[in-house]
Amino acid sequence: MSTTTTFIIESMAILGGLGLAVGLMLIFASKKFKVETNPLVEEIITILPGANCGACGYAGCADFADRVVNENAPITGCPVGGFEVAKGIGGILGQDVSESEKQYPFIRCHGGLNCTDRFEYVGFEDCKAVMMLSDGEKGCSYGCMGRGTCVRACPFDALTIGEDRLPHVNRNLCTSCGLCISSCPNDVLVFAKESEKVHVRCVSHDKGKTVKEVCTVGCIGCKICEKNCPEQAITVTNFLAVIDQDKCTGCGICVEKCPQNTIEIR
Amino acid sequence: MVEKALLAIFLEGVFIKNFLIIQFLGLCSFVGVTKDVKSAAGMSGAVIFVMAMAATASYLLYTYILVPTGMTFLDLISFIVVIAALVQLVEFVVRKNIPSLYRSLGIYLPLITTNCAVLGVVLLNVQSEYNFMQSVVFGIAAGVGYTIVMLMMASIRERSTFVSIPSSIRGLPQAFLIATMLSLAFVNYFWVIPI
Repeated sequence: MSTTTTFIIESMAILGGLGLAVGLMLIFASKKFKVETNPLVEEIITILPGANCGACGYAGCADFADRVVNENAPITGCPVGGFEVAKGIGGILGQDVSESEKQYPFIRCHGGLNCTDRFEYVGFEDCKAVMMLSDGEKGCSYGCMGRGTCVRACPFDALTIGEDRLPHVNRNLCTSCGLCISSCPNDVLVFAKESEKVHVRCVSHDKGKTVKEVCTVGCIGCKICEKNCPEQAITVTNFLAVIDQDKCTGCGICVEKCPQNTIEIR
Repeated sequence: MVEKALLAIFLEGVFIKNFLIIQFLGLCSFVGVTKDVKSAAGMSGAVIFVMAMAATASYLLYTYILVPTGMTFLDLISFIVVIAALVQLVEFVVRKNIPSLYRSLGIYLPLITTNCAVLGVVLLNVQSEYNFMQSVVFGIAAGVGYTIVMLMMASIRERSTFVSIPSSIRGLPQAFLIATMLSLAFVNYFWVIPI
């Protein structure tokens, strides 16, 4: 055998021997310091989505499973898994879970290209960065800036910025985790339940004249919707119409009457 | 090489060659775990233990296995194996005995494995040709230096959360500024103990 071969074999033997010794020591230690974990935790981890997105408010799926079993975290706490996972956890822990209605993020602004820009923004493509420049480039300081902070916050690719420079939600991909909503610096995104059909797509509290100057679809607080609603579900406060979803029947009269086309049925 | 006194090695390890803010080793835990004093102290305890153990184990490994067989080129890889095993051991022990600390350290406990400060201690020991006692003392000193800086940083950061500062430097930028000033303070030790 040449010296090179012996050399290689020797070094392999030393490293291998070291690895073996260390491995044996670790096996021994893991036996000695074994922590008794609740088997229920392991079972719950297997049915969780495993996305580790953190939308439940805990460090990850494993942490959530641990808290559910040991610290009374809500069984329905995983927004990504939705009802199916909640039912699964309930089955393991022997509790009944009733299904809550699906809800999706809703963009409370229809501005986009309908809203004028005050200046041309050149810089980092992020809503928070745009916000730092005197409340954004848009004429309206309330609306969506369309720079896609919510899109990047979404771990499931459910949001896209469309042609109109507004985010669009793909409901097939959306898991209602709410990460986009918490990422939005202007509070334009909110949760809306599926049964809530009629929405005001504006959040501007500016006076009608100011809104009209910058945006063709903003709420001008004219109160026409408030007067025409047969259910008295709409109130205009501070130059903005707000719909009481409990009273709304979805008749669509306000949608027809609104001179600015701000209210829409989805 | 002139034999250095153990006290000199100790002081040098703690202050003049401080691993965090003079040599810039192990910075991820320095920034990551210094949000509150309690977890910084826990992390420091774990690091002292791992550093002392790593210095001991690697000295024995280097002197009695690698040098006689002429395999000193294997030092880096075998030290990594030893350190990883030690960290795993510490993780077992902490998880068993102090679960609350285990939870607050989170990802940073396994990160000691890849903490360059630990590997730095071991490699510096080999480089400076320290004997057994010197290696162990240097290992402990490095851990103590780490602890001092971690505790200082954590206390400053804990208090500075109540200070009103511009939102653009709140958080990590603020931490880096604090680290800079701490580092400048420690640089002055070069003149205090000339070695």
